[in-house]
Amino acid sequence: MHELGLVKHVIYTLHDVAKENGVKHIGSVTLEIGEVSGIINEQLADCWDYFSKKDELVCGAKLIIETVDAVTFCTACERTYETVTYGKTCPFCCSGETYLLKGNEFSIKQIEAELDAESGEN
Amino acid sequence: MKVIELKKTVTASNDRDAEILRDELSKKGILLINLMSAAGSGKTTLLSRTITDLAGRVKIGVMEADIASDVDAKKINALGAESIQVHTDGMCHMDAGMTRQGLENMEKNGLQAVFLENIGNLICPAEFDTGAHRNVMILSVPEGDDKPLKYPLMFKKSDVLVITKKDAAPYFDFDFEAAKRRALALNPSIKIFPVSAKTGEGMDEWEKWLISETEKHCNA
Ligand SMILES: Nc1nc2c(ncn2[C@@H]2O[C@H](COP(=O)(O)OP(=O)(O)O)[C@@H](O)[C@H]2O)c(=O)[nH]1
Ligand SMILES: [Mg+2]
Ligand SMILES: [Zn+2]
Repeated sequence: MHELGLVKHVIYTLHDVAKENGVKHIGSVTLEIGEVSGIINEQLADCWDYFSKKDELVCGAKLIIETVDAVTFCTACERTYETVTYGKTCPFCCSGETYLLKGNEFSIKQIEAELDAESGEN
Repeated sequence: MKVIELKKTVTASNDRDAEILRDELSKKGILLINLMSAAGSGKTTLLSRTITDLAGRVKIGVMEADIASDVDAKKINALGAESIQVHTDGMCHMDAGMTRQGLENMEKNGLQAVFLENIGNLICPAEFDTGAHRNVMILSVPEGDDKPLKYPLMFKKSDVLVITKKDAAPYFDFDFEAAKRRALALNPSIKIFPVSAKTGEGMDEWEKWLISETEKHCNA
């Protein structure tokens, strides 16, 4: 289960970010996930619930997933099309010489954080 | 609450750990090679044959991460080579932190090359830098010559493609030229070695590559 490892790495990365920015607690995490990244959102959310509870920094943090549409570029006719509908073959010219422009991402877009200095304010 | 924009890839912390590990190993003169393939493609068999063929020439160690048992580590140990089994706790890939832990438990004295036999799948291991100096992937003849089309990332990340089970080619409709063309289209600098670990065919070229990489690394 790929999602398990990914969640662990999200949490590691957030610890780095927290150190750099003086973050005390994270309230929400927004991930950008490409449509054809192969990640199963429900599984990712389950793993997040399981692991985030064990970690003080992200305990109770809300996970927000933003999906990035997949787009493929055709090098033969230089047009773009929806990857999910047409796959590897260009619907305009039937060429197979195509590549994915976007849709494979998996990145942390932003977090809502409570900074060290803000403590008490809440 | 403050919003912090990150735009960070999730593998950022792993990438940094991997870079540090790679440097440390270089200073010790150890070449770390990440070996990836689908389960059953022939990783352990290729390593066993290579260790036997190069006995007395290259001192090889193996870190076995495949599944949860330790049969593969036992096979390698039986050949007299240093080997260790790492348990991955249900993870589908090795990352730099796990690789470091495994290496810490290994007797590294005199080792020139360490192979990491990664977990048997073609998707997840490709996404995580283990700290290895070289990435080698295996495609076995029964898997078909169209694999590069299905798992492009693995082919893009690998320095070497070993096509194993060449002796089985007559039974499968495997087109070597098509496989090479597809792999090279994804990665023009990938080196391709068709071998049979059973008959020994082609092992020479692969072993020559390994010897030369090890020597380059030690003299760097
Ligand atoms: N015919 C043939 N069989 C092979 C070759 N290499 C491996 N095998 C067989 O493939 C199966 C899986 O091999 P193994 O090395 O355990 O695969 P791993 O899971 O990638 O480590 C075993 O039954 C091996 O005997 C080869 O070059 N030729
Ligand atoms: Mg094995
Ligand atoms: Zn087109």
